[in-house]
Amino acid sequence: MPQADTLDRIPRGARVRVICVDSAVSKSNDTPEAQEARAQADAIARRLDDLGIRKGVALEVIRRAPLGDPTVFELHGYQLCLRKSESSRVRVEPEATEANLK
Amino acid sequence: MSAPSLEPEGEAGRVFGLLGSPNAGKTTLFNALTGLRARVGNYPGVTVERREAKLPLGDSNALLIDLPGTYGLEPISADEAVVRDVLSGSVDGVTPPDHLIFVADACSLPRTLPFIGEALHLGRPTCLVLTMLDELAARGGNLDLERLSDALGIPVIGVVGHRGRGLDQLRALLGNPDSWSHPTILPPEDRTDRAGWADSIATNVISQSPARHPLTERVDRIVLHPVWGTLLFALVMVTFFQLIFSAAGPAMDLIDGVISSMATMARDTLPAGWIADLVADGLIAGVGSVVIFLPQIVILFSLLYLLEDLGYMARAAFVIDRLMGRIGLEGRSFVALLSSYACAVPGIMATRTIPSPRDRLVTILVAPLMTCSARLPVYALLIAAFVPDRTVWGPIGLQGLVLLGLYVSGAAAALLVAALFKRTLIKGDGLPFAMELPTYRWPTFRVWASQVFESAWAFVRRAGTIILAASVILWFLLSYPQVDAPAGLSESDAAAYALEHSAAGRLGHAIEPAIAPLGFDWKIGVGLIASLAAREILVATLAQIYATGGDESESLREALQSDVHAKTGLPVFTPATVGALLVFFVFALQCVSTLAIMRRETNSWRWPAFAFTYLFVLAYSASFITHRVITALTASNWLS
Repeated sequence: MPQADTLDRIPRGARVRVICVDSAVSKSNDTPEAQEARAQADAIARRLDDLGIRKGVALEVIRRAPLGDPTVFELHGYQLCLRKSESSRVRVEPEATEANLK
Repeated sequence: MSAPSLEPEGEAGRVFGLLGSPNAGKTTLFNALTGLRARVGNYPGVTVERREAKLPLGDSNALLIDLPGTYGLEPISADEAVVRDVLSGSVDGVTPPDHLIFVADACSLPRTLPFIGEALHLGRPTCLVLTMLDELAARGGNLDLERLSDALGIPVIGVVGHRGRGLDQLRALLGNPDSWSHPTILPPEDRTDRAGWADSIATNVISQSPARHPLTERVDRIVLHPVWGTLLFALVMVTFFQLIFSAAGPAMDLIDGVISSMATMARDTLPAGWIADLVADGLIAGVGSVVIFLPQIVILFSLLYLLEDLGYMARAAFVIDRLMGRIGLEGRSFVALLSSYACAVPGIMATRTIPSPRDRLVTILVAPLMTCSARLPVYALLIAAFVPDRTVWGPIGLQGLVLLGLYVSGAAAALLVAALFKRTLIKGDGLPFAMELPTYRWPTFRVWASQVFESAWAFVRRAGTIILAASVILWFLLSYPQVDAPAGLSESDAAAYALEHSAAGRLGHAIEPAIAPLGFDWKIGVGLIASLAAREILVATLAQIYATGGDESESLREALQSDVHAKTGLPVFTPATVGALLVFFVFALQCVSTLAIMRRETNSWRWPAFAFTYLFVLAYSASFITHRVITALTASNWLS
């Protein structure tokens, strides 16, 4: 079983596959602030889904900006830049073999 | 015969809506289908651009609405909700489209398929237009349009919008929407199921996924390189700024010359009197104050759209994003703020490239703090008159250092205020920063020229009317009521006398108690009122009050230096007063054109009113503190 990592920690040039996108875990004793934060995390997860970042999708880390953030990824035939604040929500695993690539 | 239709031209008054993601080629397709007939405005209540135009279809006309680009139909911010609201018909004054044209980039079809599935649930006749087929082929990709059409159950047409390929076929299809096929089974409604549905269609129709764009790959190795990319960014930005700042100069001088000779001509032909004054000094000068911005605006948009269409704008934003992120904005705000160094009017118009409406609003609100070229004559006059011309260190002089200080304080204030607004008043809308890096492509002249024309025309029409009206009102304030000057005064003294007794002159006297804490007397007060139209007018007004005629002449400088208070006999322009006045100009929003363009870009008077107020409070407080500090320093002989 390959080790899971978040997308912001993947080195340049590596190919990975999305496991899931974190949305905040709800708790029974949530404060209103925590609930608001969760709603926002859900909205971001939804947007990342709209952009094609969902379970099973293959991603390649193309390059980082001169100042280290944001990073360009390639997926679904296009290039997308994300900041660490968003890419750190995406859990990924390394591409197992070349054959897995579509 | 039934009752006459409201749209006699449009058979059945069909309304087509263009739906799709940003960068899918929606705008290019819109322009290709409609020509230059777009009506551009805003959706009510939000800073989201609204474009619609008549769509000629052979012997009938329909309406084409270009919906804002979006990645899905579930909005995650109020501004994104516009697309959903227009489609559901809940936006006042906007006819909901009864037919949808979904525009998708053929290269990234797998990403867009779930959104297409979502759109099919709207239950309206829909067709799919695939753009960038030329790029797909160039990247070695291949997909089967017929199979895609079968799988989705809707007509699919491939176009290359900027080359005009496929457009005739599309027009024929739009002319006969009753023939469109409908999906027999709707795609799954659940997100995960829909993704599975999309994946199975993608595998079925895409025989070969496109490789990476070879040219883009090569160019980006340099353009986004940590060292070369940063240097190139700096070079592009300096050139951009230089061209707006200096290349517009000759054209602006030419316009200035034409306007003043027109004013002279009006004076010569019209009988002397108030009508001649109104036409020459009010109307012609007012129109002039609008037209004078055109060279800068045309240059700004020519460069902006060139960089955008080439694909560099997203890269520039990518390079600088980290720094702008610190203050809560994003890379694309940088370009707008930099343009504001030349003039806030084009700078504010440049905020259109910022996708997040909140970020855009904050950028608009702080743009007037950047030191625009209109402040320069004011700074030049006051610094030349009151800052001693001595060297501080090596070739660095005190006058230059003060000027630099004023520039830096403006920029620092803009960044601080932006950071403050983003943390308090206009918090982020939760939109994640997600930006596509489009492949590089050569812009087509026609598309580029029509974008520049549309923006320049929007400025003339929308902002122009407000600027013109304000100029005429200020002219009235400065010229009326007319009081006969006592006999024996020279012509320039008579003009100064008339100005003192005009409404503006009286206002200057009236506000004197309010501005006295800053060390300003009524004459500066008149200058401040007149400079509400535009900052540089302060110089001309002071010249008129001191009856010296010349703009930056030696004599005005001397007159300012030697002016004393009538009662006390002390100099009016003390170091404290000069410092306070300079600081006031760093912050205050004295520019009708900026207010007018803010009104146009935010679609309400609320934001220009807010910007004017907060900048005035900032200007007054900073000016007051400066006056106090310099007074204290002078008293303790620190500045001698």
